[in-house]
Amino acid sequence: MHTSPPATVEAEAHENPALLHHFATEEQQRNAASLGMWVFLITEIMFFGGMFCAYLVYRYSYFGDFAAASSSLDLKWGTINTIVLIGSSLTVAMAVRCAQVGKLKAIVGFLIATIVLGVAFLGIKGIEYKQKFDENHVPGLAGFHLEGHVPRHADIPVNQQHAQIYFSLYFAMTGMHALHMIIGVGLFAYLTWKAYKGRYGPGYYTPLENGGLYWHFVDIVWIYLFPLLYLIDRHR
Amino acid sequence: MATAVLDTGERETYLNREYGIKAWLLTVDHKRIALLYLMGITFFFFIGGFFALLIRLELLTPAGDLVQADTYNKLFTMHGQIMVFFFLIPAVPAVLGNFLIPIMIGAKDLAFPRINLLSWYLYMIGGVLMLYTILAGGVDTGWTFYTPLSTEFLKTNVTTAALAVFISGFSSILTGLNFIVTTHRMRAPGMTWNRLPLFVWAHYATSIIQVLGTPVVAIAIVLVALERLFHLGIFNPSLGGDPLLFQHLFWFYSHPAVYIMILPGMGIISEIVCCFSRKRVFGYKAMAIALLGIAVVGFLVWAHHMFVAGISLYAALIFSFLSYFVAVPSAIKVFNWTSTMYKGSISYQTPMLYAFGFIGLFTIGGLTGLFLACLGVDVHVTDTYFVVAHFHYIMVGGMVMAYLGGMHFWWPKISGRMYPEGWGRLAALLVFVGFNLTFFPQFVLGYMGMPRRYWDYAHMPEFQVLNVLSTAGATILAVGYLLPMVYFLWSMRYGTPAPDNPWNAAGLEWTIPSPPTTYNFEEQPVVTWEAYNYDEIDQHREGVPVAH
Repeated sequence: MHTSPPATVEAEAHENPALLHHFATEEQQRNAASLGMWVFLITEIMFFGGMFCAYLVYRYSYFGDFAAASSSLDLKWGTINTIVLIGSSLTVAMAVRCAQVGKLKAIVGFLIATIVLGVAFLGIKGIEYKQKFDENHVPGLAGFHLEGHVPRHADIPVNQQHAQIYFSLYFAMTGMHALHMIIGVGLFAYLTWKAYKGRYGPGYYTPLENGGLYWHFVDIVWIYLFPLLYLIDRHR
Repeated sequence: MATAVLDTGERETYLNREYGIKAWLLTVDHKRIALLYLMGITFFFFIGGFFALLIRLELLTPAGDLVQADTYNKLFTMHGQIMVFFFLIPAVPAVLGNFLIPIMIGAKDLAFPRINLLSWYLYMIGGVLMLYTILAGGVDTGWTFYTPLSTEFLKTNVTTAALAVFISGFSSILTGLNFIVTTHRMRAPGMTWNRLPLFVWAHYATSIIQVLGTPVVAIAIVLVALERLFHLGIFNPSLGGDPLLFQHLFWFYSHPAVYIMILPGMGIISEIVCCFSRKRVFGYKAMAIALLGIAVVGFLVWAHHMFVAGISLYAALIFSFLSYFVAVPSAIKVFNWTSTMYKGSISYQTPMLYAFGFIGLFTIGGLTGLFLACLGVDVHVTDTYFVVAHFHYIMVGGMVMAYLGGMHFWWPKISGRMYPEGWGRLAALLVFVGFNLTFFPQFVLGYMGMPRRYWDYAHMPEFQVLNVLSTAGATILAVGYLLPMVYFLWSMRYGTPAPDNPWNAAGLEWTIPSPPTTYNFEEQPVVTWEAYNYDEIDQHREGVPVAH
């Protein structure tokens, strides 16, 4: 509840130019922005949740074909990308921390590091997509073919339709994730510019904090995507 | 109308503060954005209504003579998509909710005014895409986009229609997000959760559904579009996909979407019934909890749309039980409105007439919903006019009635003018009579076995009498809907200037001038009273000192 008396309202309104007219206090504004971001992330969970649901249904139904298709992904690049992305979450967290303690120059450095890592992730994803095109593992294209057999069943060849469904979900899920990464990189370019202008500091860092929350969310989605897509039945 | 009439020509209000296209299209004032929405929504309501009239005209005779079968498929598809996604879902939240929620909780604006404007633009972009879809030849998937019909077989503009729904979905998400944060963070001092008007509670519950449900249908529609564009097989059984999965994802949103449409209407009815019965609402807490209960349980009933689609009997039994269960909080609402009126001093102004209509028609719609929750009856009437009549009793008899009631109730606040009361009552009567004449025969038709979505019934000419009644009712309904638009517009220029509180109603919105100023309140209001304190208000009015 907002129990702050109206008297302080007028006083604060003149103090901070970042305080928008319809908020009574800075605290109210910060809390609103933070809650808004969390609610937005809940909508994002539901958005990705639809695809995770489809994934689970088909993985349950077509497990052998999914395992075979999963094995065709390049584990090396997937692992490197996981490390890159976790590293970028660290740099974002550092940027927010620097804003809180007032190390204004370091904010810009950590934000640029985040952008570099984000772009590196997208580049590696691009290499992986290229591999899939070269290997004819792109669903819906005429030449689609996945060699091999269902794991531990040398006599059962991979069902091409089920493998296509795996790759449909693979491209849909990682593609939607990459789209969120691209939006995130654009967002951080904007935040870097603002940070360079000295906009953020211990007194005001809400956009940085919320941008960081978004980035961590995109990171967490990948933390789930990586084992679900890359690591099906790999322990053979 | 006892209070002094204000001279609206002199005072600065949100309406006359700035003129010009830019001042409107770039406004971040929640009240102006509400009016922008009102224009868009009214436009789409009449487009969707026009398709409905063509449908009814085709069914006037048993033979398929007015339009071809393909055209008829497009008509009911576009009627459904426009009415659901571009009228019913945004109408009450984006117009009345947008206008009233900040004022009702004593705030200057929503928490995120610019996001509010963005959601209007998303709505309009989606709407323009929908119009393009219509003009480019239409779409005939049925409003449900069922696969694989939508992804493999149809050559119409499925992708643009899907994109239109997808984009307008984000408008809905952002509105819900804005309302949730606003309700949590923007309440005036003293406006505790226990003092919130039920209108705000209703929108809070609605927003939870919008935020949790809409993203799921968004991704389902994205997958449909991808499947169509790239020839994938995610939902296509001939390619190993599962069409039932699409139905699950679709109805996971689209059943709760029914509650997105009806809950705000329930909020309106609570305000109107209390005001025109001059009584505190019966069981305030039960009413608020019932709203949240409907929102929560409403998420667990979606597969009752799929009883004949091939889901397991056990799943069907559970969804049948849960569908019965959601009737409990709905019934609480109906009983409490009735109890609120009991021994109240009821007056019969236009908004109250709509509230009466709502309660009766919603009850019929809700009870026939129980027929459909029953597995055996559902098998008999699935995809018949019984279903069509049932959901129109909720959507049109319920939600549109509430919307019109709310528009009349708050029109003095929105426009600063009174609408003509006599015409208002006539229109309310026409809507009620026209609605029942249109849709009650459809219950009978459906029970007799007339299937929905057929453009002719030449082999069943005995259905004609009831269809003629239905079409006749639709024309009366159309007049009933056109009338308010005409006299609302008329009243903006010629209506009596409205006093601040024409109904002597409770609530912060009636403590400020009609129409309000841009920032709503001169000073931060501090709330010291409970919602619907009509006993205190009426004692004040009669000069009796208020007893505490």
